[in-house]
Amino acid sequence: MMETTPKKSFITMDMMKGSILGAAKKLNPLYMMKNPVMFVVEIGFLLVLLLTVSPTILGTEAGPHDRLYNAIVAAILFVTILFSNFAESIAEGRGKAQVQTLKKTKTVTQARVLLADGSEVMKEAHELTKGEIVLVYAGEVIPNDGEVVDGIATVDESAITGESAPVVKERGGDFSSVTGGTTVTSDWLKIKITSLPGESFLDKMISLIEGASRKKTPNEIALNTLLVSLTIVFVLVVVTLYPMTVFLKVHIPIATFIALTVCLIPTTIGGLLSAIGIAGMGRVTQFNVIAMSGRAVEACGDVDTLILDKTGTITYGNRMASEFFPVQHVHQKELIRAAWLSSLTDDTPEGKSILSLAQKLSVDASDKETIIQSSEHIPFTAQTRMSGLTMPDGTTVRKGAYDTIKNESLKAGYPLPEDLEKLVHQVSSAGGTPLVVAKNSRILGVIYLKDVVKSGLKERFEQLRAMGIKTIMCTGDNPLTAAAIAKEAGVDGFIAESKPEDKIQVIKEEQALGKIVAMTGDGTNDAPALAQANVGLAMNSGTNAAKEAANMVDLDSNPTKIIEIVEIGKKLLMTRGALTTFSISNDVAKYFAIIPAMLMAAIPEMDVLNIMNLASPTSAILAALLFNAVIIPLLIPVAIKGVNYEPMSASKLLNKNLLIYGLGGMITPFIGIKLIDMILSPILPMIGL
Amino acid sequence: MWQIAIILAIYLPLVILAGHYLFRVTMHQKTFLDPVLDKADRLIYKISGIKQENMTGKQYVLALILSNACMIFVGYVLLRIQSVLFLNPNGIGNMEATLSFNTIISFMTNTNLQHYSGESGLSYLSQMLVITFMMFTSAATGYAACMAFCRRLVAKTDTIGNFFVDFVRVITRVLMPLSVGVALLLVSQGSPQTLSGNQTVETIEGKMQDIALGPVASLESIKHVGTNGGGFNGANSTTPFENPTAISNIIEILSMMLLPGACVVAFSLMAARRKKNTLFGKQGLAIFSAMAALFLIGLTVIYAAEQAGNPIIDSLGINQELGSMEGKEMRFGIPQSVLFTAVTTAFTTGSVNNMHDTLTPVGGLVAMFNMMLNVVFGGKGVGLMNMMMYVLLTIFIACLMIGRTPQFLGKKIEEKEMKLIALCILIHPAIILLFSALAVATAAGSGGITNPGAHGLSQVLYEYASASANNGSGFEGLSDNSYFWNITTGLAMFFGRYLPIIIQLAVASLLAKKMWHSDSTGTLKTDNAMFSFLLAAIVLLIGALTFLPALALGPITEHLQIHR
Amino acid sequence: MMKEWFRNGKQALGVSCIMFVLCGLLYPFAVTGLAQGLFPYKANGSLIKVEEKAVGSEKVGQAFTAPYYFTGRVSAINYNMYTQQDTVADANGEVRYSGVSSGTFNYAPSNPELKKRIEADIEAFLTANPTVKRQDIPADLLTASGSGLDPHISLKAADIQIHRVAKASGLSIEEVNKIVKNNTEPRTLGLFGEDKVNVLKANIDILKKMKEQN
Repeated sequence: MMETTPKKSFITMDMMKGSILGAAKKLNPLYMMKNPVMFVVEIGFLLVLLLTVSPTILGTEAGPHDRLYNAIVAAILFVTILFSNFAESIAEGRGKAQVQTLKKTKTVTQARVLLADGSEVMKEAHELTKGEIVLVYAGEVIPNDGEVVDGIATVDESAITGESAPVVKERGGDFSSVTGGTTVTSDWLKIKITSLPGESFLDKMISLIEGASRKKTPNEIALNTLLVSLTIVFVLVVVTLYPMTVFLKVHIPIATFIALTVCLIPTTIGGLLSAIGIAGMGRVTQFNVIAMSGRAVEACGDVDTLILDKTGTITYGNRMASEFFPVQHVHQKELIRAAWLSSLTDDTPEGKSILSLAQKLSVDASDKETIIQSSEHIPFTAQTRMSGLTMPDGTTVRKGAYDTIKNESLKAGYPLPEDLEKLVHQVSSAGGTPLVVAKNSRILGVIYLKDVVKSGLKERFEQLRAMGIKTIMCTGDNPLTAAAIAKEAGVDGFIAESKPEDKIQVIKEEQALGKIVAMTGDGTNDAPALAQANVGLAMNSGTNAAKEAANMVDLDSNPTKIIEIVEIGKKLLMTRGALTTFSISNDVAKYFAIIPAMLMAAIPEMDVLNIMNLASPTSAILAALLFNAVIIPLLIPVAIKGVNYEPMSASKLLNKNLLIYGLGGMITPFIGIKLIDMILSPILPMIGL
Repeated sequence: MWQIAIILAIYLPLVILAGHYLFRVTMHQKTFLDPVLDKADRLIYKISGIKQENMTGKQYVLALILSNACMIFVGYVLLRIQSVLFLNPNGIGNMEATLSFNTIISFMTNTNLQHYSGESGLSYLSQMLVITFMMFTSAATGYAACMAFCRRLVAKTDTIGNFFVDFVRVITRVLMPLSVGVALLLVSQGSPQTLSGNQTVETIEGKMQDIALGPVASLESIKHVGTNGGGFNGANSTTPFENPTAISNIIEILSMMLLPGACVVAFSLMAARRKKNTLFGKQGLAIFSAMAALFLIGLTVIYAAEQAGNPIIDSLGINQELGSMEGKEMRFGIPQSVLFTAVTTAFTTGSVNNMHDTLTPVGGLVAMFNMMLNVVFGGKGVGLMNMMMYVLLTIFIACLMIGRTPQFLGKKIEEKEMKLIALCILIHPAIILLFSALAVATAAGSGGITNPGAHGLSQVLYEYASASANNGSGFEGLSDNSYFWNITTGLAMFFGRYLPIIIQLAVASLLAKKMWHSDSTGTLKTDNAMFSFLLAAIVLLIGALTFLPALALGPITEHLQIHR
Repeated sequence: MMKEWFRNGKQALGVSCIMFVLCGLLYPFAVTGLAQGLFPYKANGSLIKVEEKAVGSEKVGQAFTAPYYFTGRVSAINYNMYTQQDTVADANGEVRYSGVSSGTFNYAPSNPELKKRIEADIEAFLTANPTVKRQDIPADLLTASGSGLDPHISLKAADIQIHRVAKASGLSIEEVNKIVKNNTEPRTLGLFGEDKVNVLKANIDILKKMKEQN
């Protein structure tokens, strides 16, 4: 068994031991019944076992070697079942490692509950109910999922996200939700518990990964139906074959009938099916995405339209200064200096990018520290819509939106520079955001804040197009800017100046066209759209409302991931399809091995059909049966890693997979069975068969 | 070989033409016969109280079953009392109970398995009022079911079409005009059409010869047009009166092929109805091609096998240049015989122009396998429906391979549909194999077997394949007019007909109610050559895997033994 | 539910009745009328008359025993031909002719009975036609037709009998050859079916010729 298991990197020795033990435990018929294909094998095994103990018990004649033959068949059947269980155990085992770390975070036992009268009571964590308020101090673990109602603190979410930098959590807004199992690293938080014990995000995640709460997905059920009906057909084929052979006075041992049955029923896919499902979900979690159901992952494979936010998904969240455009009669140096000044105390990424660009253009930065210390810092607010600083000598330097600065300047009595509007328009139409800079209310020029499209996205979108997936970008920018970015990123469509309601509208329109729509979102505003979309991916950094509405949550809060998840979903379905095709194709060769072999004794002419030239009927049947068993562990890596997927059109993909798994599935067993027969044929005579 | 190619070449334009006409009839579009037939139809609706309202899938099935039940009941009574009714010039007696049961099920299910011999078992009245009548109604039933099925695949609602209207329209507009035309053509070739009794002549050697006459041509035409297959005479279309010349043979072949193929064309037009002036919709063409490929493979094999002849006859030293002629007619020879055999089993008609029991083992295997697949065009209407089950299955497997939830014509195929599809595909082999096993395991069953060894098993397999596929041809050596055979084949025909129809309409109803999804480059193309290939491959694979062991014991063993 | 059954049932019954009349009666009667009007000879069975007396149908084969007649193909039902004593029970209580039928022996290619029958027929044929070599006998002559009523034999099957027929009938080989040629039905349009000889028609011509010569 060890020889047939794949490389060490794929599973560890430890996992291996656990899996073997798990495989044995799963032999319980009550458990096996869940997998009808393998259950039939188990019944076959028990029958042959019975025939080994007492070869004549079913009222059939028995030759001198029948007992040994039966014993060998029984052994192979037993191994077949073990292999299948082993595959499932391995798939589960891979998840277990992840679960171990998660479980470690679930060590909170006590929680400090704030009662209505303001007093504190210590309570067992698992007794906390929805709506209770708990107080958590620095260094303590948050007992359950909740909403911050008071306080501001940094929280270490690395247990779940793997991201070590702490996140600020405060009341209200998009950063108010906390997850049970994460640790408060500074200050304190008052948290209103929002889930029942055992139903927290972490609990869900653990049970999902463990596969305990794994519900079969619709596609898996449909496939299972097909496999069960194929099994019924083949059982019927063999059961009805028996009276026909009796009628024609062809004697065939019962064990051979059972061997034929087992070879024909789709044991390969039947044995690997649950492993594929578990591993598929595992791939999603390894990707740091929590899918609320397998259905959601499968739906990903069907997505026709992706709705993506511009900011954060298509472009880096922060815009970068890329150029300075002085207005007429202003020297570039002057503009750069003013822009630099205006951003000295600006901590936003945009501000920092202006500083670094200015420095790159060798601005005079010698007096930086003095100015910072002596000047008054004017931060950006939604009301003023500008920021900058006022120096001790009363000089004001401001940068801000075009309208704001323009009004300011006009109020101060300056004429509007003639080419200002042209410059602003130029920046906008290039997809950038114009920031106008003024010194003492005199307009000096425009900073070109560029929206930087994430690298590699354009190629990604091209691949998506090849897969038949349309991308639509949503942005609050004006149509001009939006169009420029859309063009640069290579999306198929965009909605400019979009409000959250617009997203729902687009989703509904697309769905009315018969499309399956996926979207990402984080804010509370996005919740209805996330719920409306067929696949909604919420960011873990987002609100609880968004997370609840979505059917997947990305722990890394990286919206671009939706593209990868689409691929994972496809891969999951493809693995099932490929192995099903492989399994059914295998039967052709098995027929050529078994049918002539089982009939040859009574009908010698059948030797013509022994095209593989197998040594003897016994070795032919045993070789086919052994191949049937061995192929299961050989395919475990495929089942668990999933079949290779490169984005391409459906037709090409089908051709490729048909060639590999259909034609390959037909040819492989011819080679495999012949090889096994060559090994068996010298051994069998030695033991008297 | 050339004559086969030419007949098939003539078939193509005919089937497209018929498909367009069928489409117009189904979709209530204008046809040139409307001025007369609209009035006739209205009269029929009025007299029989047909309310022309749309039905749900369930109501449609109910109407179908009830009307078939009515006809079965009346037909059974007629057979049981035929001796005392009029139009019985040859003085035929009443039919025995199990034989009547078998016969009536046989004709109502479009099978036309005949455990009686027409010349001596039926009065002229029964030939007309039971046999001819049921040939029309069973074909119309199958067609109506098929159109209800296709409509639901392309529609967005389950409440569509009325069974009785479909049923009447297909009889008055398709079956009746075609049958009259074909009947007259057959008379022109020498088929009798008379109500006077059999003739006894004195031959030039002074012996007596009975010549069986009767209204042969009128039955012969609907027998083929409606893919029924039950002959006027025991030996069916081998007899000179049912099939007098090579031309009549071609007419019969084309009649059998016309409507099953036209159903596919009509479906193709329904699926492509958004495009105007389509000659042959791509989706239907893909299915048609798969069927045609399977048909041609079978035809080639059977031609080669029959032309090669029987090695045992070779060993006797006589000249077998003409091929295996035992059981075949001189006026047809091998090409016209094998084409007829391939067509009658693929299009599940069941008439024969040569005796299938005497086919070479491989030839018999092809005939049997066509019926075991039951999707190579298949009977009128139901063949397409059966193929659709395989289409859905192929889509299911292919879609999984490209990582998509299976979808056909914009409708997702999910768990519920898959259960029904799997069940439907399961029924046919289950009926054939279980009954065959029962027959060879019991004395009552194996008592009917008349050929020794492997061929005996072939006879049994063929009989049930034919019954379950609603084909009706037989390895006629089987002495099948016994309680056991009458009852078991009766049940096989009954379940083989109605269970699939009910299940298939249920699948269509489920799909009709589903949300529609659009196609893109990411979805599976189901209307190209690749899909045709895959479909044919899956049909062959599933068919081969299911029946190979039994076939290995039957025809394959026989083949190997005579070629020893 | 019951109501729906009843409603549908009523319509079902109605449509069944109409179709009984339309398909079961009107249709065959109409076709009979048309056929009798258009093709009276063929619609009544293409009966051949010799001296105003029907002797058979040109479409249906017959068995011939006299050596001066061509023999047709093997028939499992003896072409529905019989003599008076065939219709009454013999000593074993078996009736040799029980009524009109059609069909064949249905011997599978592997059936030993088939080999036995053909072997016996070969011997009989070679005895009756001593000039014919075994390998020249075309299989169609010794295999049973499907209907048991096949009116035709292949050209070769006619050819190898010409010698015997000529000798027994007293006609010249040329005359017999000519009769065969006159009764040869070639492939339709030179393509469809097979070249074949109508045995009954050829034999009637032989009878006529023999009568002429006497």
